[in-house]
Amino acid sequence: MTERNALVATDAARPPAHGLEQEYVTMTVGGHWFGVPVLKVQDVLGHQRVAQVPLASPIISGSINLRGRIVTVIDLHRRLRLPPSDKPGMNVVVECKGELYSLMIDSVGEVTSLLMERFEPLPTTMDALWRSVADGVFRLDGSLLIILDIEKLLDGDAFASVHVT
Amino acid sequence: MDDLLRDFLTETQESLAVLDTEVVALEQDPTNSAILQDIFRLMHTIKGTCGFLGLARLERVAHSAEGILAMIRDAEMTVSPAAVTEILQALDRIKWLLGRLEQNGQEPEGDDSDLLAALDRLKTGEAAPSIPPPVPQVPQDEPPQGPAQTAEIQAAEPPAVARVPVAANKESGEPPAREVRPGETANQAIRVSVDLLESLMTLVSELVLTRNQLIQMVRGKDSEFTAPVQRLSLITSDIQEGVMRTRMQPIGNAWATLPRLVRDLCQETGKKVDLQMSGSETDLDRQVLEMIKDPLTHMVRNAIDHGIEAPAQRLQTGKPETGLLSLTAFHEGGHILIRIADDGQGLMVDRIKARIMQQELATETELRAMAEPQILQYIFKPGFSTAERVTSVSGRGVGMDVVRTNIERIGGTIDFASTVGRGTTFTIKIPLTLAIVSALIIEAAGERFAVPQISVSELVRASPRSEQKVEWLNDAPVLRLRDRLLPLISLAHILHRDRGTDNGAPIASKASDDLFIVVCQVGAFTFGIIVDRVFDTEEIVVKPVAPMLKDIALFSGNTILGDGSVIMILDPNGIAAAASQMAISRSQNQDAAVGAPAPRAHDDRATFLIFRAGETDELKAVPLALVARLEEFNVGKIEHSHGKPVYQYRGHLMPLLPVRADHVWKNAGRQPVLVFVDGPRSMGLVVDEIVDIVEDRMQVELSADREGVLGTAIIRGKATDVIDVGYYLRLALADWFGPAGTPYGDNVPAHPRLLIVDDSAFFRNLITPQLVAEGWQVIVAKSADEALSLRDEGQMFDAVISDIEMPGMNGYEFARSVRQDGVWSTVPLIALSAHTAERDLARGRSAGFDDYVSKSDYGRVSIALQEAIKRKQAEGLGGVS
Repeated sequence: MTERNALVATDAARPPAHGLEQEYVTMTVGGHWFGVPVLKVQDVLGHQRVAQVPLASPIISGSINLRGRIVTVIDLHRRLRLPPSDKPGMNVVVECKGELYSLMIDSVGEVTSLLMERFEPLPTTMDALWRSVADGVFRLDGSLLIILDIEKLLDGDAFASVHVT
Repeated sequence: MDDLLRDFLTETQESLAVLDTEVVALEQDPTNSAILQDIFRLMHTIKGTCGFLGLARLERVAHSAEGILAMIRDAEMTVSPAAVTEILQALDRIKWLLGRLEQNGQEPEGDDSDLLAALDRLKTGEAAPSIPPPVPQVPQDEPPQGPAQTAEIQAAEPPAVARVPVAANKESGEPPAREVRPGETANQAIRVSVDLLESLMTLVSELVLTRNQLIQMVRGKDSEFTAPVQRLSLITSDIQEGVMRTRMQPIGNAWATLPRLVRDLCQETGKKVDLQMSGSETDLDRQVLEMIKDPLTHMVRNAIDHGIEAPAQRLQTGKPETGLLSLTAFHEGGHILIRIADDGQGLMVDRIKARIMQQELATETELRAMAEPQILQYIFKPGFSTAERVTSVSGRGVGMDVVRTNIERIGGTIDFASTVGRGTTFTIKIPLTLAIVSALIIEAAGERFAVPQISVSELVRASPRSEQKVEWLNDAPVLRLRDRLLPLISLAHILHRDRGTDNGAPIASKASDDLFIVVCQVGAFTFGIIVDRVFDTEEIVVKPVAPMLKDIALFSGNTILGDGSVIMILDPNGIAAAASQMAISRSQNQDAAVGAPAPRAHDDRATFLIFRAGETDELKAVPLALVARLEEFNVGKIEHSHGKPVYQYRGHLMPLLPVRADHVWKNAGRQPVLVFVDGPRSMGLVVDEIVDIVEDRMQVELSADREGVLGTAIIRGKATDVIDVGYYLRLALADWFGPAGTPYGDNVPAHPRLLIVDDSAFFRNLITPQLVAEGWQVIVAKSADEALSLRDEGQMFDAVISDIEMPGMNGYEFARSVRQDGVWSTVPLIALSAHTAERDLARGRSAGFDDYVSKSDYGRVSIALQEAIKRKQAEGLGGVS
């Protein structure tokens, strides 16, 4: 993200106050930019062989082995109801309530420090599903960065399994 | 020295170490009541234990010191240096006595009158300013009590005080050996937090995995790594074993309460029972131990209550008056076997049969087709009990199903053998540990899975050319295995991995291939799982599945294989359950196909649980189907949160609610509680006494506005209040139902017929009594298919209520097909669902529902019914009765 320099508080006369600035890992899914708080991210992995979990929700791609820990892989395309990608994606491993989850995305951008004054609440006209998993939007020069709420993203009825009948 | 004494020494030495520092801390901060309480408690424990073990000298010293502490606590004495000194002296004396005790296994001769006298003087206040040094009129080996020492203590900086006496002893030429003595026991056994052990266990699990990976890498290769990897492998196994042993506890720990329990039960029932326990030293994982404690207690209760006969009856049948109940535990091939055997009357097949029919768990024809072992298995069904009446001991119909669930949850199995008149023997087989299990790796539909070895009884290779081949009974595959027909389940099928078909048929296409059949036994149900390939057996580390995958019953966990891949661990119990569900849906489909009538005629009968609460004599009732469990909680374990009583129940805090607001809580003993469960939420209704379980016609007279009472029913000829469970659920869990329901109206047809379509027994049972009380004639269908077959039979209803989320056809599809054609196209149709977003409502209307009621607001059902009926009548299209 080339906008980075413009956004980072480099102005020496105005030292960056703590709390006004947040660091995010940026990523793209289906051509949209998303951000996740850097402290939530445990790892960024290239394409992984994913073991499928039968009967699980289609949003769950399966599981991967991350250094001996089993990580549940969430297909962010499906979670956000975006068209599936045919290219091998990347994985951003996040921690939520003591469990590790991997978000399958298209590509990972860089870690960006953003000024909170550029942070805006979600527009009410935004898709209800997206609104339910996002916290707000950063106005960047040239693009918008949607900040995802990991807890909301990994919670809810979206993951109901296919029950055996 | 016996274990008890050794434990006592270890524990007391730890306490003393704490006391030393705490007493000093108290001197520095005399007003700190927390420290004082702590000291008092520790000293009190020491005193109590000494008394229990018959250590008279120790007890006297501890008692005297405790007396001073009590005075300080009650503000009868201030914390003076003199008082602290005396307490420390008492502590030193206790340490010295402990040292001798450890050395000789008994308390030394002599007495402590010098110290006791000093303590007494302190109590009476005589010696407050300056303690006269106790006269050392004691034998050579008595502890030093020199004045110099006291002086030193008073002079020294407080933090050093505790250590001073030791230094002084050394200086005064005491043999040093004695000084190190007290530490010895403490050094032999240390206390380690369970958390640390758990994390060690996790690390060892990772190590085992890495080892497996390495072995896989060097396997079959002549590499320079082969020898070191082998060595590593051996060491890893040793570490694994060692760490596992740290978590082991003798099963006797779980048995310790049983002799008392048996004694109490004998008193209560007037029976005579001799409890024999052997193998109590058998070690097993503490996690497993915790899990089997309750099942064991349950089974011992059962054995005495149901199994062993009353003395008179025993004598009549030529048995000795005293019954024999034996518990045996032993290791066998990586498992622990626990046997609980009684020489009582055995399981009565006839009584079980009668009970099965009474409970409508099976029909007489079905029973006739069953073999005896199969019938006996019904004792594990939820709600099953043959006890003639509900006693406080057992027979609350909540026993064996819980036992079995608990045991299966830890990967164990339970089996039994019973001979009428000779007794019953239950055998529990449980794994040594839960963390690492041996599993068979298999493949189906291109994926690998692990099956716990404990459930696998054999492997069969079936081929169309051999004697063992898969045959078909209609759609159900079976295998002839040693003159028996083994039902088969295709793993790919139940995992929905056999694309394109929706019954068991796809396997037929594979008829030319060889198939592998994993024969599993779950309880008495033996079945075969059809898989594509079988690999070898591997030691796997069981890891729990992610929370969002927890509701898939077919998997008990997941694991990482030696090659680093993640695979799911199959749960044979879940597969067996899925298999029986499949059979049911198959038979229902067939019923529908041939137009057989679905016998769902509601005969207004219901089973009620009768209990007493509040008023002296008045009986109350609740539909038994609503009650998840009957429990007796230890009153001492009832806690309070935000001023409301709660109980730690199955890992959750469950709110407790008395039936009557003016309930008087007991101070001790056991509290009967009815547990209601819906999904993750539960609530305990506190009652005074559970009286009985009866089946009767459900004739509920609607009650005047009495809160919490649905109405009055005549049960067994007595007017009995039927409580409104919903009312209490609302009180206990504000979030359970949302706002309180609206009062009912009276503008409904004379004897209207109502069809309720809901797969949830809980909701069916919750709303049925209310609607019956309002005069509806309620007919129930468990699925949309079942409802539609009623329609096709030509049955008519004045209104239909349907759930949305149902297995098979959902509520929307059901509404569409009701509206599309057939005799119900104009019937008032109401949706009942947990989801009431605007989107859901719109979808419901477009599908053809007249109204949409939230399950959280189920009280509105009657209003919605009236409105819908009125609307339809206004349109001149009312349903026809």
